[in-house]
Amino acid sequence: MKRIILPLILLAILLASCAPVNLNASIPIFGTGIDPNAWAEIPAGEFHFGQQEEIETTEAYEIMVTDVTTAQYVGFLNESLPKGYVKVSSDRIVGFYPGDKFHGVKHEEEIKAGNWIYLPLIDPSQHIKFDGTTFTVQSGYENHPMTMVTWFGAWGYCKYYDYRLPTEMEWEKAGRGAGKHPFPWGDDIASNNANFYASRDPFEDMGSVGSRTSPVGFFNGQKYGNYQTIDSASPYGLYDMAGNVWQWTGNVYEGMHYRFMRGGSKDTYDMDLRLWVRNNATPTYFSPGVGFRCAK
Amino acid sequence: MSALQTRFNYIFGSTRGLILVAIAMIGIVTAIWGMLSGPMAEMGVREVVIKLLGMDIVQAEREGRIIILYHSIAMAVIAIETYMVTGLLKMKPFFKTAINATITVGYMVALIFGMGFAYFGHNWAFHGLYILGLSLIFFAGVMLIISLWPWNKEYYITNENNLWNWVRNIWCVWRKNEYQINDEDDYPQTKKIVDMERVAFFAAAVTTVISALFGAVPGSFFGNGFEVFLAENVIRYPEKTTMEYAVIGHLHIMLALIAIMITLIAGRWLNFNGILHKLAMPLMILGTIVLNLGVWGVVTPLEPIAHTIITEGATPSMIAALLLVIWGFDKLIREGTANIKKPNFGQKIGALLHDPLKFGPLWQMIFMNFTTSLIGIFMAIRLEKIFRVWPAHEERIELTGHWHVLSAIIATIILLYYGDMCGLKGKLRQWYGWSIIIFSDIAFGSVTIFEMKRLFITEAEQQPLVNALMYAIDFGLGMSLVILAGLMVYRLTDLFKSKGRWIEELDQEIAQEVNK
Repeated sequence: MKRIILPLILLAILLASCAPVNLNASIPIFGTGIDPNAWAEIPAGEFHFGQQEEIETTEAYEIMVTDVTTAQYVGFLNESLPKGYVKVSSDRIVGFYPGDKFHGVKHEEEIKAGNWIYLPLIDPSQHIKFDGTTFTVQSGYENHPMTMVTWFGAWGYCKYYDYRLPTEMEWEKAGRGAGKHPFPWGDDIASNNANFYASRDPFEDMGSVGSRTSPVGFFNGQKYGNYQTIDSASPYGLYDMAGNVWQWTGNVYEGMHYRFMRGGSKDTYDMDLRLWVRNNATPTYFSPGVGFRCAK
Repeated sequence: MSALQTRFNYIFGSTRGLILVAIAMIGIVTAIWGMLSGPMAEMGVREVVIKLLGMDIVQAEREGRIIILYHSIAMAVIAIETYMVTGLLKMKPFFKTAINATITVGYMVALIFGMGFAYFGHNWAFHGLYILGLSLIFFAGVMLIISLWPWNKEYYITNENNLWNWVRNIWCVWRKNEYQINDEDDYPQTKKIVDMERVAFFAAAVTTVISALFGAVPGSFFGNGFEVFLAENVIRYPEKTTMEYAVIGHLHIMLALIAIMITLIAGRWLNFNGILHKLAMPLMILGTIVLNLGVWGVVTPLEPIAHTIITEGATPSMIAALLLVIWGFDKLIREGTANIKKPNFGQKIGALLHDPLKFGPLWQMIFMNFTTSLIGIFMAIRLEKIFRVWPAHEERIELTGHWHVLSAIIATIILLYYGDMCGLKGKLRQWYGWSIIIFSDIAFGSVTIFEMKRLFITEAEQQPLVNALMYAIDFGLGMSLVILAGLMVYRLTDLFKSKGRWIEELDQEIAQEVNK
């Protein structure tokens, strides 16, 4: 009997790991009071860039206070599809990208001019639905950040409205302000500062769906039911600059096709929420943990 | 007073005592710092440990802390391997004492003050002592090289075994005859009758000391400006500085050299000999040298072809390890079925698995190939098609998991040998050996599945699998640590006995047990 206890425990763990995940499970609905159409003005001047706190300078610019929401992106798709700016191509939305200069560096892949994927339509994690003519948002996700969007999809959205993706420097300055703090709000992180892995926010169910996105601007000091958040705005008033979703940035670097993301996400530990942490992926990559915001 | 002195002499004067202390130090560090990440952190244990021990964790300094943590543990592992080398190979008593004393002070100072500096506020005197500790270990390495010098006639093999015997032995194997070799006179030699196994140890020691410089120089360069970085975070950048390449090369080669050294130690401890030994030693020497030349090449104009050289070097080393495993399994089967005229398959398997402390280290080497080497090769082959399609942080999980498992497998091999060295017998031997093998392999296997999960499950659907794997990893590692703690308690209790096992070990060198 004793001999089978360990195999039985292992079998139970294995079976538990095979449990299906209900991706359509209901999600708590909260209004945060933060306007996703708001912009923050960032003055020209120096700031501390990167973990080594090098002094860098930017011109003045504006950046969105929150990530682009799913509702905003649906608005863009419904507006731009009839104009031919985006197209439906089998199970995906595509749009034109003028291509990058190819340098032939080791591991570099050529990004040619042409139609590139903006987002997949048939994916269990996609919160945007398409009935053949109109795009709609899965109920409850309207004010959540737009996810499952490629770099091309983020670039295309910003371009359509005459905006652009922020550069890495602009992104970091907007999150860090003039200080040297690792997080937008200061030196340390608490579980109710941001949405990160196993942070016990109301959207998380670590037994099944795991960590999920939270509405943009959720961590603003409000109390939602029994859950008290800490106001975690950056010095310039931006929300979600740490956690929730990784954010695509606009730099196209010589000799590499990868695009960089900042901010950490619902799926990363707190260490990846530090403002200087970089992630990167091919521009065709999409994920339930990747979104973006625009600058102008 | 005399009782205390004798015990002190055992702990710091005997090979087994020194190994015991180093294992205990690693065990304590691993148990405490293992609670700062993974499921333990998610469950809130991390915060309790930090408060309880008064740690000063600054978010901005994580990379620096981790680098010191890795080095502190690695230095103790290197000390253990050094004790094993000085205990197993012939060398002048002065060198043995000097090397063991220097490296003991070195790793202890590096570990205690390094961790003190990294996790308990920045006392700069501690940082200085940490550097002093590392320097002492380097100096011990230089002394080890001198003491191992294979062209010292004292260490020549004095029999007449020569090239002709090589040919004869190969012919015998070809003809499927028995190995016509005596244990005493069959070590591979050149015409100058140099002990090739000693050359292999020497090559590993020399290249280790040189490769340490590849970490020391950029360490000083980056450390002076506090510009620490983790190699896994810059892996995709097309442009890297020479110093960044040096760091990446350093971490890869040091782990590879620790693996090569433990393979050589395993061979010596099992008394590896015969034709396979003759073939394995030149391969190991060749592999060690070429592998290092490739890694050193990353900071030269040879960088574009460095990876090819590294692969060419790794291949003979891995073949040499494979020959050891084949020979070792064959030996265990032959010895275990010596009393049976025509053993069947089941009896052979029974003989192979009879002693987990002999079988385990060889098995872990095979397991290592499934959990690390094969994945490394798979990654290299499918880099652009699979791994570079994933975001960098997914690739980072794969990379860090890969070398954490490799390090931990080496640690389990050391633990299994230590169990053998301290004479565990009967059921205790079986329980200890099989527990280490099974629990650690559960953890390593789970890490491997975790690393590769994106091949078969989406991000959105992964959570139940991730939960199961994380608990399996922590369960496997936790149980291995509990087993280790049990062994430490057993050894501690033994030290309180006036006629304990430690008395036998006080004067008995591990080399004396090799032929048992």
